Amino acid sequence: MSSEKPRRMNRPPLKKRINGTFVTVVGIIVAALFLAPMFWVTLSSFKTKTEAVQPPLIPWPTQGWALDTYRELNTFGAGLFQHFLNSVAVTFGTVILTILLSSLAGYGFSRFRFRGKNVFFIIIMLTMMIPFQSVLTPLFLILTKMHLQNTLLGLILVYTTLQLPFSVFMMRNSFDAVPIDIEEAARIDGCTTWSLFTRIMLKLTLPGTVTVAIFAFLNAWNEFLAALILLNNTEKQTLPVVAAFVRYGKFGGINWGSVQASVTIMMIPCIILFLVLQRYYVRGLTSGAVK
Amino acid sequence: MSSRSSLSGSTSPAKSAVIREKLKRRYPPKKSEWIALVFIAPSLIMVTVFFLAPLIMDIYMSFFKWPLMGTPKFVGLRNYIRLASDKEFINALIFTGKYTFWVTIAIFAVAFPLALFVEKPMRLTGFFRTSFFLPAVVGFATACILWVWLLNPDMGFFSVVLQRLGIADKPVQFIADYDLAFFAIIVIVVWRMAGFTMLLLLTGIQAIPTEVHEAARIDGATGWQRFRLVTLPLMKRTLALTLIMSITGSILAFDQFYIVTLGGPRKQTMSLVYEVYQKSFISFRLGYGASISVVIMIILIIFTIVQLYILRNKEPLK
Repeated sequence: MSSEKPRRMNRPPLKKRINGTFVTVVGIIVAALFLAPMFWVTLSSFKTKTEAVQPPLIPWPTQGWALDTYRELNTFGAGLFQHFLNSVAVTFGTVILTILLSSLAGYGFSRFRFRGKNVFFIIIMLTMMIPFQSVLTPLFLILTKMHLQNTLLGLILVYTTLQLPFSVFMMRNSFDAVPIDIEEAARIDGCTTWSLFTRIMLKLTLPGTVTVAIFAFLNAWNEFLAALILLNNTEKQTLPVVAAFVRYGKFGGINWGSVQASVTIMMIPCIILFLVLQRYYVRGLTSGAVK
Repeated sequence: MSSRSSLSGSTSPAKSAVIREKLKRRYPPKKSEWIALVFIAPSLIMVTVFFLAPLIMDIYMSFFKWPLMGTPKFVGLRNYIRLASDKEFINALIFTGKYTFWVTIAIFAVAFPLALFVEKPMRLTGFFRTSFFLPAVVGFATACILWVWLLNPDMGFFSVVLQRLGIADKPVQFIADYDLAFFAIIVIVVWRMAGFTMLLLLTGIQAIPTEVHEAARIDGATGWQRFRLVTLPLMKRTLALTLIMSITGSILAFDQFYIVTLGGPRKQTMSLVYEVYQKSFISFRLGYGASISVVIMIILIIFTIVQLYILRNKEPLK
């Protein structure tokens, strides 16, 4: 998100510079307000067991750094590692399946002409217009019928479906951006449709794929309501639901140390992913298909 | 929005149209028809099974008394008739409307100044944009749990600080009082969503050609006049779309009420989606829950139609 223009060499007048400093200070204060809760919880999660349950007037540990809160979190439900694994499985399953399906469909919609093309495209886009929250009740019954209710696979399939409209739209635009001449040259060299797709087109649309992957990752990693409803064994649950259970005091009194640890574990991967790949994220956001 | 945004690297619709025009000439339809379906079929099947089928079933179920176990019984429109006099549903409807109204105002009141603030390149602009936006990548549920910790009366940050400052004389029960709880939820959602909305508004602001501003400045327009008479009218489309996104998102609110306020105090913060959850998965009245879902769907379809209407009327930009 950086778009700083090169600074002019001649120094601006003093009044303007003081004004500029004032604006910068205001900006830093507001930025601190936005960042503070995240810093606070992350640093607090490394306090010792006794300090973690004290009011966090000072965010950083003063009695030495420890992993107590994480150890305590590990005693909830089926253990931290199991729930972390559940979340990782659901997230990566969703990311991989989303990339696979949306690349195929994006290519199909971009490069072929066939009867019903527009109707099919609208059907897939429809998912974006109608909120999934309103189809949860029957979705639960359908998954039960298919023996997919209370399974991670079922959740992966649901999450992938929710990602498809945005992802197919994104991938179709990515394929549209690849000049047809490249494709024709490959065809003349004897490429089949399939090898053209896998060897050439997928490489050329990598930026679009990264955008699709980031959104699938964040949405699957953070999703709460569908996981709450579609998984009913606590040991199968993903991190956000388990963390909410900890907050509810479902496993005995509310343990604030564990709350800090769970928030930190859920938050950090998203922040790192965003900071590394923010260019692709912003691209997806501004292509106007996010909902 | 893609055609207007300077941050976006995706193809413009115009370019896509040219490519599609080329395709029309180069690939005769008959020859490629079957293979295209191979590419599209997986996505189409997924959407059909996990979205279209539940969608149709949802409408179907809303005409039944549908327990979790046992056979569903057709009741015609009785679910809908009962909704009209169901106090809990009506309260949820009113509360969701009220929440949507205030949270949207609050988000825009913060996001718009932020967007104007980070629009001009200055020292640390990149850092400011990233900082304001960062809460938006944290999951909604995660953000709620984080704030539950900050807001808890005994070990939380705010309660203790308010006591130390002498503003409160006993632990502050943020979620025990309706007004405080409502205010707390607004603060949480603004923290989580302001940066996101800021970024969307920013793309609209940046799409306005600089020459327009220059011309206005030469004509002697003040900063406020330029904002009111140039910036606002020229980003009407972005503004409307961002507004609708915020409204539809708020109507579907669930996490913050389920996690932070637990629907309380005295069931006063039950949103529509929370009602569906309660009726379908706590009381197991699936047919009744489905009828609430249909109502939510109708409300959102109305907003979507408005959105499509705005999208269709592309005003000339340059």
